[in-house]
Amino acid sequence: MSRRWIVHAVLLAGGLIMITPFVWQLVVSLQTVTESMRMPPTPVPSWQWHNFADVFRTVPLGRQFLNTVIVTAAVTAGQLLLCSLAAFAFARLEFPGRGPIFLLFLAVLMVPGELFLLPRYEIMQGLGWLNTLQALIAPGVFGAFGTFLLRQFFKTLPRELDEAARLDGANPLQIYWWIMLPLVRPGLLALGLLTVMWSWSSLLWPLVVNTDPEMMTLSAGLASLRGQYLTNYPVLFAGSVVASLPVIVLFVVMQRQLIAGIAFTGSKG
Amino acid sequence: MLLTEERAAAKAAAQPGRRPRCDWLWGYGLIAPMALGLAVFYLWPIVQTLYLSFTESGVFGGQTWVGVDNFAALFGDEEMLGALRNTLLYSLLVLIGVPLAIVIAALLNVPGLRGLGFYRTLYFLPVVTMPAAVGLTWRYLYNGDFGLINYLLGEIGIDGPYWVSDPEFAIYAIAVVGIWSSLGYNAVLFLAGLQGIPKHYYEAAAIDGAGRMRQFFRITLPLLTPTTFFVMVITLINALQVFDLVYLMIDTKSPALAGSRTIVYLFYEQGFVQNSRGYAAAIAVVLLALILALTALQFRLQRRWVHYE
Repeated sequence: MSRRWIVHAVLLAGGLIMITPFVWQLVVSLQTVTESMRMPPTPVPSWQWHNFADVFRTVPLGRQFLNTVIVTAAVTAGQLLLCSLAAFAFARLEFPGRGPIFLLFLAVLMVPGELFLLPRYEIMQGLGWLNTLQALIAPGVFGAFGTFLLRQFFKTLPRELDEAARLDGANPLQIYWWIMLPLVRPGLLALGLLTVMWSWSSLLWPLVVNTDPEMMTLSAGLASLRGQYLTNYPVLFAGSVVASLPVIVLFVVMQRQLIAGIAFTGSKG
Repeated sequence: MLLTEERAAAKAAAQPGRRPRCDWLWGYGLIAPMALGLAVFYLWPIVQTLYLSFTESGVFGGQTWVGVDNFAALFGDEEMLGALRNTLLYSLLVLIGVPLAIVIAALLNVPGLRGLGFYRTLYFLPVVTMPAAVGLTWRYLYNGDFGLINYLLGEIGIDGPYWVSDPEFAIYAIAVVGIWSSLGYNAVLFLAGLQGIPKHYYEAAAIDGAGRMRQFFRITLPLLTPTTFFVMVITLINALQVFDLVYLMIDTKSPALAGSRTIVYLFYEQGFVQNSRGYAAAIAVVLLALILALTALQFRLQRRWVHYE
């Protein structure tokens, strides 16, 4: 019985370290600048709710929020559609060169993302897409990881399914849409959640491709604030809270599915 | 299992008339959008970056071929050598977080533990939080004058340094945040690994009189090695590419940058601030080589310590 208490004590102590930065951020986001720089640190805020209004006024945070929502939604929808189409073909259809093409897809997974950035930037420059939302969306909708992940899901479905559907005269696209897609819903959900998480938070690409504050995502917007408002931590943290809250809420609601997805990539990836 | 499946598929394909020939067209058609996108935004850029790394940006735009000049220059470049050192040190430090994740996962895996969902939420929260926000928050906690960390250290009589503006301490401070942000993710992977260990091993060990600790070291750890290997490979690949935390926690003009500038940070500076595309491309190629080499090394070493059932 006492052993169980030790387990709880250790987990709680660790959990306290995990949660403190969040609590502290929330507290400071409701303080005055003077309070935020006081020593010893003040754990009680004076409830300066106007900090949240200030951050929306001093930076185009509302616009950046909208940008992030649009980009994340478009990237996630695109990933789900394109990855599932390709994954279905790789898992369920026979065509010459399937193996080598799939290996080429996998090779992309091994390459660090930085290798894509300079040429992508030039592509966007050539298209005149710098400082646009499509510059953030276009590269994001394609992904080797999602294709690989969903292929694993499609492969687990019994072969009799397609054969029965074929006897009924269905073509592969119909089989994909009407029969297979509903059955790989857990995979789609996992990929969707992971994509939302990555897309919402990604920094480097948005930072280089969109330098106009009106076209930035929240991540890049926050990063660009750090120089300007470094002495104003309360407003900075109000912005941070607004920026990270949506994904945190999504995680709390969809926790089970997200964790299952990550555990799956661990076992099969 | 995978092999037999593939063989069965091959057999089915070999039987004429079983699969309509137009399957080919469907196959190509369905992968076409993704293949095209990967070609344009992934494969072509790889080729292009390799090419760029052998060139130099001209005064009027355009690139001139300079052979291996960029690479030669890189290995005499103080900033690059510093970035290599900082990146490797950071990666090593972050790998220390892996055993920590195993301990957390093992505790979460205690049979009949109440509040699993609650703890999982606590530990996973940093994973889903935007790194930009994480960097800002920790930077505040690390503040030398009014930060919480130095306050707490002061309470136990330690005079803490100016963590993120001191070139000596910055990379350690960032590594702590790196561990903090990935702990929950790794613990989830380990928890899945732990749940895959068959119960009868423990039952047999208990009958033989092995205590909890002995079971952990003799059964849990060895049977968990495939997961440990996977987590280490992923952690190292990610750590070698660290950028966000350095960018958010260290000022562009801070003296601490010398002690915390990572390879990707240098790549960003050269490629997008200084606009030396060729030089930046060479940095990216060195990063690729480093990642491939260290991953290959891990795969070689795994034979010595990873047990597959």
